Amino acid sequence: MSEAHPELGFLRKYVFSTDHKMIGIQYGLTALVFLFIGFSLMMMMRWQLAYPGEAIPLVGGFLKNSWVDNGAMLPDFYNQLGAMHGTIMVFMGIVPLAVGAFGNYIVPLQIGAPDMAFPRLNMLSYQAFLIGGVIMLASFFMPGGAASSGWTSYPPLADIATTGQTYWLFGMIFLIASSLLGGINFIVTIVHLRAEGLTFFRLPFFVWSQLVTAFLLVLAFPALQAAAIFQLMDRLAGTSFFLPSGLVVGGEQIAAVGGGSPLLWQHLFWFLAHPEVYVLILPGMGIIAEVIANNTRKPLWGYRPMVYSLLFLGFMSFTVWAHHMYLTGMGTTMSTFFQATTMIISIPSVIILSCLVISLWGASIRFTVPMLFAIAFLPMFGIGGLTGLPLGLAAPDIFLHDTYYVIGHFHYVVAPGTIFAMFAGIYHWYPKVTGRSMNLRLGYAHFWLSLIFMNGIFMPMLFEGMAGVSRRMFDPTGYVHAQAAHTLTLVTSWSAWGLAVSQIPFIINFFWSMRKEERAEENPWQATTLEWATATPPPHGNFDAPPVVYSGPYEYSVPGAETDFSPQYVKQEG
Amino acid sequence: MSEIVIPYQVEPHPMTGVTSGKLGIWVFLASEVMLFGALFSSYVLLRVGTPAEYWPSGVEAGLNVPIGTVNTIVLITSSITMVMSWASLKMNNLRGFKRFMGATIGLGLAFLMIKSFEYSLKFSHGIFPAVGWPEATDPSVFNALYFTLTGLHALHVILGIAVNVWLLFWGISLFKSQPERFAGRVEISGLYWHFVDLVWIFLFPTLYLL
Amino acid sequence: MSASDVENEDFKQHIKVYVMVFVALGVLTFVTVAVSYLRLPTAAAITVAMIVATVKASLVAGYFMHLLSEEKVILWLLALCAAFFVTLMLVPLATMVGIAPLWPL
Repeated sequence: MSEAHPELGFLRKYVFSTDHKMIGIQYGLTALVFLFIGFSLMMMMRWQLAYPGEAIPLVGGFLKNSWVDNGAMLPDFYNQLGAMHGTIMVFMGIVPLAVGAFGNYIVPLQIGAPDMAFPRLNMLSYQAFLIGGVIMLASFFMPGGAASSGWTSYPPLADIATTGQTYWLFGMIFLIASSLLGGINFIVTIVHLRAEGLTFFRLPFFVWSQLVTAFLLVLAFPALQAAAIFQLMDRLAGTSFFLPSGLVVGGEQIAAVGGGSPLLWQHLFWFLAHPEVYVLILPGMGIIAEVIANNTRKPLWGYRPMVYSLLFLGFMSFTVWAHHMYLTGMGTTMSTFFQATTMIISIPSVIILSCLVISLWGASIRFTVPMLFAIAFLPMFGIGGLTGLPLGLAAPDIFLHDTYYVIGHFHYVVAPGTIFAMFAGIYHWYPKVTGRSMNLRLGYAHFWLSLIFMNGIFMPMLFEGMAGVSRRMFDPTGYVHAQAAHTLTLVTSWSAWGLAVSQIPFIINFFWSMRKEERAEENPWQATTLEWATATPPPHGNFDAPPVVYSGPYEYSVPGAETDFSPQYVKQEG
Repeated sequence: MSEIVIPYQVEPHPMTGVTSGKLGIWVFLASEVMLFGALFSSYVLLRVGTPAEYWPSGVEAGLNVPIGTVNTIVLITSSITMVMSWASLKMNNLRGFKRFMGATIGLGLAFLMIKSFEYSLKFSHGIFPAVGWPEATDPSVFNALYFTLTGLHALHVILGIAVNVWLLFWGISLFKSQPERFAGRVEISGLYWHFVDLVWIFLFPTLYLL
Repeated sequence: MSASDVENEDFKQHIKVYVMVFVALGVLTFVTVAVSYLRLPTAAAITVAMIVATVKASLVAGYFMHLLSEEKVILWLLALCAAFFVTLMLVPLATMVGIAPLWPL
């Protein structure tokens, strides 16, 4: 119901909005800024890895004395960059973008709802996210610097680390609260606010992926919340939840109570962090599904198996976490249990990917920019998934654990995987949000350069890892076996800087296209889902009248229809 | 101000049979089950990992069972006053609602007062989270768990009291215009409050009696 | 008018049940405290305490939280949650079998 109502002031409209679209944009812009920051941290690390001990060009002179020595990176700063790169990218970049931005903006529209079920809770979620993010970034400038014990914050190191770790823990508490509240909102919204006629199996796959993701957030994050509270108690109240007895640091036994278990942290952390990686990929798969169906002008192949696979995957994701802990001394029975569940969980993943690939068969493919990213996603995610298999089995994991192979594996899934899906989503929904189209040439340039450089970064890592080079090392060239792999490091580093430059056409395109005079059509991609049934950008309340749905989400090329797309919200003859 | 009408805030959804608020609070409680589950799981792991002679019983660690029992009764009573406040509302008995809600808040505050009395008792005996079991020469993690788990529970109690106070003094103005909607809010607060009681029902024997 | 009278009658029945549950909870509290004074061996003590606690919790959940008459969607949600809760309780413990004790050094 978009009735006339008094114009809201600037603060109520743009800062303290309860409208899911505004909140989605807030999440999106904030997340993109955080992604840029997280990427910049890595670019500095890449210099140290490629040219150890040399002064960082351009920015070296401006960095603090505790960070650099005459412009060359100090080891402790390297560790801070490493821990914060992971933390920022996962918790402040991808999840807020995939769920907070895309989820918030698109889901109510795709289900025909006027807003989320709890708009004020939605606003609170964004604010909690922002506060958490600010705390995380502020930690760099506190005495002792930012957290430097890896994004995984393992005790005992994290327990005794500098105050940056305490900031990390407080930041996480806010970020977790944000995700919990958001997850509740998504579940209730999707279950309750679907339009008339929009049964569960007529939902766009994107909405299904957000529903499962929301369950993962709600049921898995509390474990890390508990762990963070325990670690805060260890650091601030002197307890020893995670500090083992007789811990010796720097040659001296530390004055702690002892009797704790570092493995307890690992269990609680990974109980969240494994479902978390599915949180990172599922919304991306949802976006890819939308883009592929739309640009093949065919229904998705295997929609139902894909949905069942999603549900099964979500459930299984709670049973595999200790495959991150194979080397912690667990017995063969439990190791076998986790290897079995890990192998089983690859099945639904493969089903979803296969269905997406088969969806291309016999299609009249439109090679739009979003479609290029979507097609590239498929083999990239394939590589990411396949390289996970030796890690999921305990025997090869003995050699590959904590090497660059692991970094290569998970970045393949998240970088040319999820991030490509994010790009696809931005190019695909940009006309919906802004009413303008993005420039084609800049889009093609962005795509091809990104694809090449992504592979340039992460493919060498797989080989570096197999050569035995450990991760999280300030200067791997201290080891002979790593020196031999140094050429690979150079390829990775230069590709990383190349990837950074490749984003310039995207950034220009993103901001410049908004100011174009020429408006895009209402439904420029000729899509069938509900978000295209309303004005661009959609008004407050989204739809003039509550929409009614008559068919499935991907009724493309229906035999006998006039056009090659039959929108869900239009009643078809016969 | 959002003029949009979001359905199922008062009338239940035809498929699920519940309002959005009720579904939402149960999803939230599911996450709370996982939170306290993680805490209890940690308790179990740490205790099983410690030989029995180095783990104190509640009494050995300085906990006072009679005081804990009183607190348990206080919280259980507050649970019935809470459900009675909701039932009064459904029977259009506003006075009853006010009395029972007031009692719930009062009992919640009593719980907190008794808890802080217990804490101060422990502090005066030199028992802090980081200090080990007083009688033994070897410290254990028991006190850390006691303070953290009861402390977190107390934080949840404070939040519950705050919501109930808001309902009793400010939210109550909704009763005149939309009595069913207000009753729904009280029911939702009640569900949270009962959950807090439920956690204590497990916490009390675990820490005090075992 | 009589419709709400019928409802009120309904609620009066419910209130009777609430009071009975309250009494049961009080009794069970005393039972669990009394049993603790028996100083049972650890395994038995834990078992009894947890059984009593579970009964009490079921009463609160079933009657005060209305779960006995609640819709299926809520019950399924809780069943899913229970599955993961049990996993979290049992599995980390299972990986600790055969590992050295946390104390003493």
